[in-house]
Amino acid sequence: MAVTDYLVPGLLLLAACAALRKKQDVYGALQEGGQNGLRLVFTVLPALVMLLTALELLRQSGALEALTRLLTPAARLVGIPAQTLPLVLVRPFSGSAALAVGADLMGTYGPDSRIGRTAAIMLGSTETTFYTISVYFGAAGIKKTRYAVPAALIADLAGFASAALFARIL
Amino acid sequence: MVMSWIWTGMVGLALVFGLVGGAPGLAQAAMTGAGRAVELGVSLAGSLCLWSGFAELLRQGGLRDRLGRLLSPLLGRLYPTARDDPETMGSLSGNVTANLLGLGNAATPLGIAAVRRMQALAGSTAATDEMCLLIVMNTASIQLLPTTVAALRGSLGAARPFDILPAVWLTSACSVTAGILAAKGLKRLWR
Repeated sequence: MAVTDYLVPGLLLLAACAALRKKQDVYGALQEGGQNGLRLVFTVLPALVMLLTALELLRQSGALEALTRLLTPAARLVGIPAQTLPLVLVRPFSGSAALAVGADLMGTYGPDSRIGRTAAIMLGSTETTFYTISVYFGAAGIKKTRYAVPAALIADLAGFASAALFARIL
Repeated sequence: MVMSWIWTGMVGLALVFGLVGGAPGLAQAAMTGAGRAVELGVSLAGSLCLWSGFAELLRQGGLRDRLGRLLSPLLGRLYPTARDDPETMGSLSGNVTANLLGLGNAATPLGIAAVRRMQALAGSTAATDEMCLLIVMNTASIQLLPTTVAALRGSLGAARPFDILPAVWLTSACSVTAGILAAKGLKRLWR
């Protein structure tokens, strides 16, 4: 049995016990939070529909395959599988698009395949860089972003390359 | 706006390739894609609902605040200016904690509050070094529990949805380290 099998019930129990000790309404809190989760599903669903439609069109037309072949040398340079490049390209711009592309990769190659795992690790360990920068700095009225964009992109690149590496060796 | 161009480009490229290569079944493919998205949404709904409930439980049970307090010495070292302002530190540690627990929706308002406060204290419209560091730490995504991805893997039939955890942790550590180092290095160039 893997440790991660016990992780989920263990975490749930830990959180419930901590809340009980503080005399909180555990069951009520779970449902209150659950509402947020469902709202999140409704928020991302239209984006998932639009992007998976476009992706399916790309695959059926043969464009996705051609694109992957074209990008293979660039991908090899960074050490990531060429199939995951579409994910790398949309990740900094849109979280729901990345979720759709990642789901598509995991569905096509299998969630336990190397490509599927690489996609999952990439999704789990990177963020929507440009969105984050524009929201944070936009809300605070920051005009000069200085080196925030290059530094964040360097972090992203390191993340993508190490995701591919750890999917291979772990 | 970027996504508008990407989406239009994707559909345009598919049509051009379809016309040139004579690939059949494009209309069928569009319907399949749309249907699959809904199936995905439905199978994701359960675990997203569960994990969001768990998140609320962490907040109400005080575990989130406790984790935040655990992190404050480390954050004080990374943000020497913010350290002296309790309001900035509060939002900052809340933001980092929410990110660690995979609660992107809770992290964003806290992060914005932290940047706003830093801006008010700095009194300039140029990003300070600590703001850039905050951005890097947010975009590099340090997550202990990547619940959405695990939910996605589970809904697609992975044997152990959470077995990517060690790899996600190591990858996050690599990208955050690279980001912090890049920020420290670029700081000297961007005077």
